[in-house]
Amino acid sequence: MEQSVPTRNKLGDKLADFLPKLVLSPSLAIVLIFVYGFIFFTFYLSFTDSRILPSFGLVGFENYDKLFRLRAWSIAVDNLFIFGGLYIVICCALGLMLAILLDQKIRSEGFIRTIYLYPMALSFIVTGTAWKWFLDPGIGLEAVVQSWGWTSFEFNWIKDRNMAIYTIVIAAVWQTSGFVMAMFLAGLRGIDNEVLKAAQIDGASNWALYRRIVIPQLRPAFMSAFVVLAHMAIKSYDLVIALTNGGPGRATELPATFMYSYTFTRNQMGIGAASATLMLMTIAAIIVPYLWSELREKK
Amino acid sequence: MMKFKLATMTAATALLAATSFAQAEDVEVLHWWTSGGEAAALNVLKEDLEGQGIGWQDMPVAGGGGTQAMTVLRARVTSGNPPTAVQMLGFDILDWANEGALADLNILAGMEGWDDVVPEALQKFSKHDGKWVAAPVNVHSTNWVWANKAILDELDIEPPKNWDEFVAALEKVKAAGKTPIAHGGQAWQDATVFDAVALATGGPEFYKKAFIDLDPETLGSDTMKESFDRMAVIRSYVDDNFSGRDWNLATAMVINGEAAFQMMGDWAKGEFLNAGKVPGEDFLCFRFPDTQDQVTFNADQFAMFAQGPEVGKEQAALATAILSPNFQSAFNVVKGSVPARTDVSNEAFDACGKKGMADLKKAADSGNLYGSMAHGHANPASVKNAIYDVVTAHFNGEYDSTVAVEELVSSVEIAQ
Amino acid sequence: MALASTDTVIRTGRTSRFIIYTVLIVFCIYYLLPLYVMLVNSLKPLDEIRGGGMLSLPQEWTLAPWGSAWSTAQIGVEATGLRPYFLNSLLMVVPAVAISTMLGALNGYVLTKWRFRGDTIIFGLMLFGCFIPFQMVLIPMARMLGLMGLAGTVPGLIFVHLVYGIGFSTLYFRNYYAQFPDELVRAAMIDGAGFFRIFQRIMLPSSGPIAVVCIIWQFTNIWNDFLFGASFADFDSQPMTVALNNLVSSSTGVKEYNVHFAGAIMAALPTLLVYVVAGRFFVRGLMAGSVKG
Repeated sequence: MEQSVPTRNKLGDKLADFLPKLVLSPSLAIVLIFVYGFIFFTFYLSFTDSRILPSFGLVGFENYDKLFRLRAWSIAVDNLFIFGGLYIVICCALGLMLAILLDQKIRSEGFIRTIYLYPMALSFIVTGTAWKWFLDPGIGLEAVVQSWGWTSFEFNWIKDRNMAIYTIVIAAVWQTSGFVMAMFLAGLRGIDNEVLKAAQIDGASNWALYRRIVIPQLRPAFMSAFVVLAHMAIKSYDLVIALTNGGPGRATELPATFMYSYTFTRNQMGIGAASATLMLMTIAAIIVPYLWSELREKK
Repeated sequence: MMKFKLATMTAATALLAATSFAQAEDVEVLHWWTSGGEAAALNVLKEDLEGQGIGWQDMPVAGGGGTQAMTVLRARVTSGNPPTAVQMLGFDILDWANEGALADLNILAGMEGWDDVVPEALQKFSKHDGKWVAAPVNVHSTNWVWANKAILDELDIEPPKNWDEFVAALEKVKAAGKTPIAHGGQAWQDATVFDAVALATGGPEFYKKAFIDLDPETLGSDTMKESFDRMAVIRSYVDDNFSGRDWNLATAMVINGEAAFQMMGDWAKGEFLNAGKVPGEDFLCFRFPDTQDQVTFNADQFAMFAQGPEVGKEQAALATAILSPNFQSAFNVVKGSVPARTDVSNEAFDACGKKGMADLKKAADSGNLYGSMAHGHANPASVKNAIYDVVTAHFNGEYDSTVAVEELVSSVEIAQ
Repeated sequence: MALASTDTVIRTGRTSRFIIYTVLIVFCIYYLLPLYVMLVNSLKPLDEIRGGGMLSLPQEWTLAPWGSAWSTAQIGVEATGLRPYFLNSLLMVVPAVAISTMLGALNGYVLTKWRFRGDTIIFGLMLFGCFIPFQMVLIPMARMLGLMGLAGTVPGLIFVHLVYGIGFSTLYFRNYYAQFPDELVRAAMIDGAGFFRIFQRIMLPSSGPIAVVCIIWQFTNIWNDFLFGASFADFDSQPMTVALNNLVSSSTGVKEYNVHFAGAIMAALPTLLVYVVAGRFFVRGLMAGSVKG
C-alpha cells in the first residue's frame, strides 16, 4: 500500500484516508479495554461483596460506607495531600533552581546533570535498604553526625508518627527532582536569547530577568512537570513499602498502599475497589481539566 | 451470592493456556522461603522428588511474610494457571478451599493415616468440609520469650512466672542501663506480643472468645482494656528506636547483650544458633509469663491446588514427601519449628526444640493449643489486619487503651 | 540545534559563581549519597558492616559479596544468584521497549499529521490511561491474559508492559511531531508519497532525540517493574526485580547486607548505564519535544 501509484483512483483515496485510523485503532482498542474496561470493572466491583476473588453479589453502597468509617482511609487521604503537595512543590522549586544554576555555563555540566538524573533510573527495591539505613537514627545520618562531635543533633523523623511522612517526601524528591531539573533545563535552553539581550541593555538585573521574562516562559515545562509528578505521587507505593511499610503504626499509609492491602492482603476486594474508584475520581478531577485546557489550546 | 466459577474457568482456559502449563512430570511450587537455611531445607524436598523422576519448578516470591506471594497466587489462579502447591497459612487455606480451588487429598490421606498423626488443632486448617486440602509442614509456636542469659545472671533474674515478676525483671534491667525488651515496631510483631499479653491477661477462654469467636462483648471488655494497658507498660520498656525494625535485628540486640528479652516465635532460635549461641547456656527460651500451659501456634502448610478432576500422581508424591517423617525432621531442625506430625523422633532437635515438641504435645492433649491471632490462625485475614491496625496504632501512642478497645470492636465489625 | 547557541546570555560575577558551584556540589552529594552507601557497604565483609559506620570506607576490601550475589546467593530453592534472572529481564525489556516506542511513534505521527475528527479525544483517552494505578488492574489483567492464552508467558508480560506504556510513548512522540513542519509532509504527499513512506523517509530520520527520551523512560519503567513481573511471569521467566526482592526481603535468617547491596547495584546497572550513556541526549530530546507547548 505504501507504494502508492501516481494516478490514484477513488478506492485508493479511500484506503489512504482509512489507513491512519487503522494504524491508530489497535492502540485505541487496547486502551479502551485494558484501561477503561478495567476501570469500569473496578467500579462495578466496588458495589459487590468480593473478598478473596471477584464475586458478583451486589451490596449497594456498603463498601463505601465501611470505607468512610475506617480511620486508616482518612489518614491515607490526608497523607496523600501532605505528601503530594510537598512533593510537587519541592520538586518543582528544587528542579527550577538547579536548572537555572546549571544553565550558567557550568564546567562539566554534563557530568553534574548525569548525577542529578540517575536516581530516576533506580527503583526503591534497589535503594530502599540504603534509605532505611540513612534515615534510621541508630546507624544513619543522626549517628554519623553525632560521631562527628555534634552530639545534640537529632534526626529521628522516620520513628516519629507525626514526621515520618516527611521522610517519604525527602526520598521521593531525591528520586524525581533531577528529572524535573532536566525538564526545566530543556525549557531554559529553548528561550529566545534576543529578548533577554534587549532587556539586559535596558539594565534589568539577573533577578528581574528571570522573574519577568524567563520563568513565565517556562509554563509548558511546569505543566509537563506537574503531570509527571502528580502521576508519580498518586502511584507512590514501592517507596512507602520500602521505607516505612506504612508505619510507625499506620502513620504513612497512602491511598495506593491502602488499596493494595485491602484488595490483596486483607481479602476485602470490595473495599479495595471502592478506594480505587475514589482514587480514580480524584485523579480525574485534577487531570481532566488540565488535559482539556492543554489540548484545546493546541488546536 | 454468585461465586467466581473457578472450576469451569480453569477448564476453559486450560485449553488455551496449555503451552504454559507445567509439564506432566513437574510440580510447580510457590513459596516465600528464600533465605539460606529455609531454602536449603526445602531443597531436601526437591531432591526427594527428583529422585522419583519428578521435576521441581521453583516459584519463590518473598516479602511481607507471604503477602506478595498471596498477590501473585491471586493473579495465577485468576488467569487459570495455578501452581501445584502453595505455601500458605491458616485461614488463607480455608478461604481458598471455599473458592473451590483446592484439590481433594482424602484418598491419599486415608492411605497414609494423616488423621492419626496430625494434631486436631492443625487439621482444622488442613481440612475443609472433611476433605484434606493441604499438607502441613511444621508448627511454630509464638508465645516464646527469648532472653540473654548473661544479663539475667548478672542481675540475678529468674525467668519470670507471672506478669508482676516480669515487670519487676524489666525494671531491674532498665535500672542497669540496658534495654529491657528488644522489639521491632512492625504491625505483625506488635500483634505477636499482643497475642501473648491477651492470653496471659484473660486466660485461654478469653482468648478464644475474643479472637476466635470474635465476640463483640469480649472484644470490648475491661479485660481487653487491661491487655492494652499492659501493652503500654511493655512499650515503656522498649527503646525509642524500635519502629520499623526487622525482628532479626531485635534478636541481634538480645544476642549482643544490648537487650534482655524478646517476645518472638520460635524462628528466632535460628538467629541465636547462627551466631554460635547455645540454648540453655547463652540464651534461654521460656513461655510468656502466665501462658506456661498454653501454646499459640501457626503452621506452614502447602495447599494443593486442583490441577484437574483427579489428584495427579506428582501432586500426590509431593504431599507424601512433605509429610514423610524424614523431611519433617530435617526441615524443622533447620527452621526452628517443630514437626506437624506428632510421631517424629525428637533426636535431631536441640534443647529448645525438644521443649517445643513436648509443650506442643502436652497442649494438644489438654486442649490448650490455640491458633495465633497474629499469624492468621485465629481469624480470617481481614479481621487479623483490622486487629493489627488497632494494636499497632495503640502501641505507637496514637490513642489510649479506652479508645483502642472501642476501635477494636468497630474495626472487627467492619472487617467481618 | 547546537547546544552552544542555546546557552543563556545571563552573566554572573565571581562571588555568585562561587556560590553556584558550592550549591551544585552540595546537591551532587545529596544525590550520590544512597549510591555511595550501597557501593561502600557492598565491598565490606559482613562483620565490618555490623560494627562500623554506614559511611566509612571498608578497612578490608572484598569482592566476595558481588560474586555471591551474581552466582551463588540463595534466590529460591537453588542457590543460583541473580545471573539467570538477568537474561529473563533482558528478554522481556528489549521487545517491550522496541514495540512500545514504535507504536508511540506511529500514534504520534497519525495524531499530528493525519488529523481527523475526534483525534484529540482519542489522545486524551490514551493519556489519562497513564494515571491508572497498576495495583488496580492486576486481577482483570490476569483474567484477560488467561483468556488470551498468554498467562505465565514472556509474550504475556511484554503485552502488559506494552498496554501501560502506550500513553507515555504516544505523548512524547505526539508533542515532538507537533513541532515538525507540516509543509514537508504536505510536499511529500503532493509528490505521491504514501502514509508509511512519509513516516519512514521523513519522520523517522529526525526522531532521534525523542526516541531516546522515550526509550529511556520505557526501559527504566519496565526494567524496574516488580508488580507485573511477579504476578504474570512464570517460574522460568521471573525478572531481575523479583529475584532481587527474594534476595533482600527473605523473612528469616541472617541478613547479608553486603550481598544485598551488591545485588541491588547489579540489578540497577542496566538502567544506570542507559542514563549515563544516553543521558546527554536526554535534555536535548526533552527540549525538542515534551516540554514545549
